[in-house]
Amino acid sequence: MSANLSAFLYLVAGVLFILSLRGLSSPATSRQGNLFGMIGMAIAVATTLASHPPADGVAWILVILAVAIGGGVGAVIARRVPMTSMPELVAAFHSLVGMAAVLVAAGAFYAPEAFGIGTPGNIHPQSLVEMSLGVAIGALTFTGSVIAFLKLSARMSGAPIILPFRHIINIALALALVFFIVGLVLSGSAFDFWMIVILALALGVLMIIPIGGADMPVVISMLNSYSGWAAAGIGFTLGNSALIITGALVGSSGAILSYIMCHAMNRSFISVILGGFGGETAVAGGGSGEQKPAKLGSADDAAFIMKNASKVIIVPGYGMAVAQAQHALREMADMLKKEGVEVKYAIHPVAGRMPGHMNVLLAEANVPYDEVFELEDINSEFAQADIAFVIGANDVTNPAAEEDKSSPIYGMPVLQVWKAGTVMFIKRSLASGYAGIDNPLFYRDNTMMLLGDAKKVTENIVKAM
Amino acid sequence: MEHAAQLVDPFIFQLSIFVLAVFVGYFVVWSVTPALHTPLMSVTNAISSVIVVGALLAVGVGMISSGSGWARGFGFVALVFACVNIFGGFLVTQRMLAMYKKKSK
Repeated sequence: MSANLSAFLYLVAGVLFILSLRGLSSPATSRQGNLFGMIGMAIAVATTLASHPPADGVAWILVILAVAIGGGVGAVIARRVPMTSMPELVAAFHSLVGMAAVLVAAGAFYAPEAFGIGTPGNIHPQSLVEMSLGVAIGALTFTGSVIAFLKLSARMSGAPIILPFRHIINIALALALVFFIVGLVLSGSAFDFWMIVILALALGVLMIIPIGGADMPVVISMLNSYSGWAAAGIGFTLGNSALIITGALVGSSGAILSYIMCHAMNRSFISVILGGFGGETAVAGGGSGEQKPAKLGSADDAAFIMKNASKVIIVPGYGMAVAQAQHALREMADMLKKEGVEVKYAIHPVAGRMPGHMNVLLAEANVPYDEVFELEDINSEFAQADIAFVIGANDVTNPAAEEDKSSPIYGMPVLQVWKAGTVMFIKRSLASGYAGIDNPLFYRDNTMMLLGDAKKVTENIVKAM
Repeated sequence: MEHAAQLVDPFIFQLSIFVLAVFVGYFVVWSVTPALHTPLMSVTNAISSVIVVGALLAVGVGMISSGSGWARGFGFVALVFACVNIFGGFLVTQRMLAMYKKKSK
């Protein structure tokens, strides 16, 4: 296959990847988009195999074996993973992209002739620059994602781990990294190459351990972005346009998602990166003083009031997913709809543990996507709603974010549930939320607290209807 | 300005593709509906595994120098990882997208 033809086919693959993201602009076109992505991937693989066929029989066997193992494992994981575990799955996948980037660069370093970037020990300096950037970002993505995976899957505490002098250590590591990158470009020595790998692996760990559990939606988006830049770095080394285009797409996608998540939490990207948030804050909200009594309600009361309402807005949070209450919730919504009540769902951008997580969980429970609304689209509707039904959410409904300038979450965009006629809160207890801040809404006159397990309470409401 | 037909380094072309693709990515991703941000992450994961192209080159090198064996080894592991991602990423995205349904009237 001529070099021009294969370059053209890689371009086609790149365009298909762009179309696959374009498809996600609406659920109706999204499945077609995913198909475009698969076709693009097939074209890229076929083009490589046709233009640079494996050198001998052994190589062919290795290729088939690797695809069978990797494909098999991937397919099984994809089928089995529960939707609540999507964040850790995505983190694990990011780590694989990072490691693959490191290994591909290592392969290119030891057999540069196969990649057309020189001969062993005599690789073009420019390729070495591109390669070392790909390796460094790839290694950092790998360990960073592994830590994120451990934290998200609760195999490791979500509390931030703060090392003494961590900023100094990180800066020293970064400087050493630059030193060895320059060394690699000048000397092309294997020692420099592996030093870059080791330093970047260490930096990845140190960058993620100080970031607390509450900031994980940002971290996971950020690592998404890194995995893209790593791929782009390798794309430059290989001179492959499909890889460069994809790397740029994924890199900017992750960056935008990080921005959206930061904005939704009213946190600056820098302060998330510097870490230390979410964990030690539980002590903070102690000074609120006055303990007004909260109005407690029963499932029967809730069922009665809701049946007689004309509009109910449901605000689900991660607590709902933890209690696995989404199916019971859908049942409740169906009953209400049968009674002629208008039901809508309101989703805060950080309702789940990754961007869009709550939407997937609701979709899994067969909630139609056209009943689910984003914060900006639904906030004005709370005033016309008879009931705001808050299940498993807390901080994202806290009016202190708009009213109390001294609150740590002041300025964070929140769902204005307090504007509804009655606010119903399903919560385990009156304790504060993830950010450790008391919610004044619990003690207001038009609030009804339904204490208990989200799933049980919802089931009881369904029974009472 | 001596030679009108001066050759441009291929790197510049690659850089142009990269920069333009960053802009395309910026606009395309902003148009993704927030409801689909999780599938967006899983699908970007799958497509960034197009790094499989490099893994295939590394596995397939001819055994000509002492480094070739290493390259094959690294390439093999990279290929396994990339394939986990490709199959896992696209399939889990498909599974998620299949759950998004419109209101049945």
